Amino acid sequence: MNLSRRWLEAFLRRPLDPQETAARLAMLGAPVDAIEPVAAELRAVVVGMVEDVRPHPNADRLRLCLVNDGGPERRHVVCGAANVQAGVRYPFARVGTTLPGGLVLERRKIRGEVSEGMLCSARELGLGDDHEGILPLDTDAPPGTPLTRVLAVDDDRFVVDVTPNRPDLLCHKGVARELAAATGDALRLPELPGAPELPLGSPRREGAEARVDGVRVAIEDPETCPRFTAAVLRGVKVGPSPAWLRRRLEAVGQRSINNVVDATNWVLLELNRPMHAFDLARLAGPELVVRRARPGESIVTLDGQRRALDPAMAVVADARGAQAVGGVMGGQESEVGEATTDIFLECAWWLPARIRATRRALGLATEASYRFERGVDPTNGAEAVRRCAELVLATGGGEVREEIIDLWPQPTHPPRIFLRPARVARVLGVEVPWPRIEEYLVRLGCTVVFKPEDGRMAVDVPGWRPDLREEVDLVEEVARLHGYGSLPDELRPFRVGERRDDPAEVADDRIRDGLVAQGLREARMLPLVAAGAGDVSVHNPLSADHAALRRDLVGGLARAVEHNWSAHVRDVRLFEIGTAFAPGTDDRPREDRRVAGVLTGTREPAHWTDAGPAPDADLWVLRGVFEAAVALAQPGATVQVATDASDRWVAVRLDGSRAGWAGPVAADRPPWAAPLYGFEVAIDPAPRGPVSYQPLPDTPAVERDLALVLPDGVLAAQVVAALRRGAGRLLEAIEIVDEYRGAGLPPGGRSVAFRLRFRAAGRTLRDAEVDPAVQRSLAAVREEVPGVSLRAT
Amino acid sequence: MHPALARLAERLARVPALGAAELEAEHVAVLGRKSGELTALLKSLATLPLEDRKAVGAEANRLRADFEAAFERRKAALAAEAGRAAWRGVDLTMPGRGRWTGSRHPVTLVLDEVTAIFRGLGFVRATGPEAESEWLNFLALNFPADHPAMDMHDTLYLGGDAGPEGRMLLRTHTSPVQVRVLREGALPVRVIIPGTVYRKDPFDASHAPVFTQVEGLAVDEGISFVDLKATLAHFARALFGGDTAVRFRPSYFPFTEPSAEMDVSCRICGGNGCAACKGSGWMEILGCGMVHPTVLANCGIDPERYTGFAFGMGPERIAMNRFGIPDIRQLYDGDMRFLGQFG
Repeated sequence: MNLSRRWLEAFLRRPLDPQETAARLAMLGAPVDAIEPVAAELRAVVVGMVEDVRPHPNADRLRLCLVNDGGPERRHVVCGAANVQAGVRYPFARVGTTLPGGLVLERRKIRGEVSEGMLCSARELGLGDDHEGILPLDTDAPPGTPLTRVLAVDDDRFVVDVTPNRPDLLCHKGVARELAAATGDALRLPELPGAPELPLGSPRREGAEARVDGVRVAIEDPETCPRFTAAVLRGVKVGPSPAWLRRRLEAVGQRSINNVVDATNWVLLELNRPMHAFDLARLAGPELVVRRARPGESIVTLDGQRRALDPAMAVVADARGAQAVGGVMGGQESEVGEATTDIFLECAWWLPARIRATRRALGLATEASYRFERGVDPTNGAEAVRRCAELVLATGGGEVREEIIDLWPQPTHPPRIFLRPARVARVLGVEVPWPRIEEYLVRLGCTVVFKPEDGRMAVDVPGWRPDLREEVDLVEEVARLHGYGSLPDELRPFRVGERRDDPAEVADDRIRDGLVAQGLREARMLPLVAAGAGDVSVHNPLSADHAALRRDLVGGLARAVEHNWSAHVRDVRLFEIGTAFAPGTDDRPREDRRVAGVLTGTREPAHWTDAGPAPDADLWVLRGVFEAAVALAQPGATVQVATDASDRWVAVRLDGSRAGWAGPVAADRPPWAAPLYGFEVAIDPAPRGPVSYQPLPDTPAVERDLALVLPDGVLAAQVVAALRRGAGRLLEAIEIVDEYRGAGLPPGGRSVAFRLRFRAAGRTLRDAEVDPAVQRSLAAVREEVPGVSLRAT
Repeated sequence: MHPALARLAERLARVPALGAAELEAEHVAVLGRKSGELTALLKSLATLPLEDRKAVGAEANRLRADFEAAFERRKAALAAEAGRAAWRGVDLTMPGRGRWTGSRHPVTLVLDEVTAIFRGLGFVRATGPEAESEWLNFLALNFPADHPAMDMHDTLYLGGDAGPEGRMLLRTHTSPVQVRVLREGALPVRVIIPGTVYRKDPFDASHAPVFTQVEGLAVDEGISFVDLKATLAHFARALFGGDTAVRFRPSYFPFTEPSAEMDVSCRICGGNGCAACKGSGWMEILGCGMVHPTVLANCGIDPERYTGFAFGMGPERIAMNRFGIPDIRQLYDGDMRFLGQFG
């Protein structure tokens, strides 16, 4: 919402400091996003007094003027205006001043005579179209006074961020009211230059149907439009608006159209009442009826579009058909134009939900619909019509022959809320004295009736505050005017509940720590991806790239690897903890909390002491990280070789279900990049059981290395299992320490070195015990894994 | 002086010049338990006349202490020398061996810090699903149906028909978890709720369609706006430093009333006004307010008896502010060079 400082000042009858006003509005809940100076160029123009006028020696139409601009020296100025007179003050632009339009004044010679500045016309200052001569100033301000102190032509535009609950702040009166409420100032409607006092009585209260100056008006849909105010203006001359009106509209960024349209916009910006002016001559009947649109009905709106209407929308119609989409936009057929003389002005209150639905159905958002959707004041329609009529009469002449009519078939009382001052204290944490509460509410326009018998205040809420509906709404108003800053912020005792940290968060933390220790960097990728078959899709995506929810995490991380490759980063080690989505059994998708990782590039950073290039991370690095991730995310699950894909490992839970995988990952890989590996594991959020201490061994271990030749097809895991079974209870661990393929071995065979570690609690093992255990292990291997033999050394 | 002692004193003076092997030999020769000269001399003291025994004994004992100290010093000096010799000829400006280091995401770092501060104030963490119903995301939280307040959240909907709780959508804030926690019924509640949220926003320098929120909720008897202010002011000082100023401005959220925005004094200009704070000297950090009575009632809690406060903030914005990250998209690139800068 754009607001003019000058307009607000006109309501408050006092000057406003822009910064101070912005700060005050922020603390009232309407933060100012920007303060934009309007016509700031004019701040450099000063009052200049012409002290002497002489003819120019070389030009008939030019004069030589001596100008007092407040400085010690008089300025010599060549002036072409016929109306320049000695002893009169004019706007004077010194050398160096930039005028609206961008002209920078320079000292120069005109027909041989030096000119040190310019006496300006209204047009040169952007103040009007008059360029018949320079602008004489009706002031006795001393020469050198800034022009803007004499003419209220500069301004500041406040760009205010208005929350959707405060439609009353969508106009100057509302914001001025807010400023006045904060300070206790009075508020008065600004005077309009040249506006006649309308010789009208009070608005005429009517039911669902009435006539005004020969026009029939009726409400057939009082649910959508409970109140409709109107007046007829005759003999109006439609034309350009005067400069003061245009300047005000332009100050808030509104383009001037003509005096009638400008008058309705003025009222919109001043009182937050959208209005519409119809060309009475073009209304059939003449009549205007508020009703629902008929099936098949259509209208050409003011923007030139033909729009199909439906009975869910309300229209203002004449005897032929719709002349306006109620609360949204008028129709072209009865638009006010240059030939218009008689005008029908209306100001109605429209049901917000219907306007919202209509605006959406038509795809037509307007200033009017924006305000009706939020709720305008249902009580000030007649004030708005009167104000608009005064503006039109002031700028285009004409007359209003009959009182404003106010159709209100089912009058309602203002909403009444009961407020308990004890509740205020309870919510705010401090006592606010009753008289203060009352004072705040009255300043906001509420009517307060004190009810000492039950400790409550009965508060009638003004029409412009549709957001005040229940007690707590008033508590907020009291807090706001009392000032949030004036409430104490002492830390008071509190109780903690029985609740514990969500185990899922605890699990995430543990996994994060573990993978950071593995040298992986945490990434966060967007869970929104391009849609694929079977994905959970987004119904209304903003772009095709973000049209579905990811089904896994590795896919996003692989894209991140490609991003790194595109920046010539070869070593990438990333992990992410996040949610993967799958279609659920009902409308709710299944959400799986998972951890995934990717790695590519050298195993460890290259070092100059290494012989040859640093080796790249391989499957065994992947397996190591995967085992760590499984231990973190799925304790109890084991890493196994996948039975359905030869190049993958899987994590298998105790119940046999799969909890994750690891293997090569496909990506758009540049030739210099290393192979890419990845893994993904579902997170088991169950809290971990207690960890119990294992006593440290107090006796030495005995190690035996066995080099076994494994024929093609035999797996190390089979051999380890057999060794373990055979060795018996003295065996502590088996480690694989080497693998050899090549000369001296049967074709397809390999030699694998197993290190068996034996230990007994409480005593030092002797060879006599270890040797038979080793022999039993070997016997078990021979029996269970045919073809394995001890490698000859 | 006893002539033997005089000879030994001369040998003592030569200890600092001995090599490693000589030192060992000299140690044995002088102080050796069996054949050390000084040891022998001390043993022979008993044979001397009483008056000599006293004088020579004192002298010999002093000499033994001197020898022990001299051998120790020389041994240390030789060890240091040997250590230096091993480095001789090595270019010590050559780089050391590195290892790949992991790191936490900058947003995680902020979440960790926020969590730690609120943990100290008795809050525990709670979470909830990312897909929610319209009821939980909006209506239970007192968003008026069919009202422009809904337009404050550009919502991404999932396909499918409206169920009893309305259509399914991707939660636009973590506030549905407030409802989930309160519906469990156990009071008092003090939770903070970190989580991923979604908005129908373009992906540009200052917007992301998916981002993180951390939200807090405290409900009990007797909780007031004073508690809200005190808790959040404490939080701001803990996160941004003890000299941080805070201010609370009225605002609007359907699920709180009174509602407020909390600003902290701009960390860049210290409150004097700069480009980062648009000249105001303040940075908007979080939204907060007293839980709306309708929200409590919707969760089966008596709003006459219980009150509470809630707040929410965006860790991305705090991270961008804290680390000076200009473009929010960098947080979602997975760029190794970026991610390694923070943890």
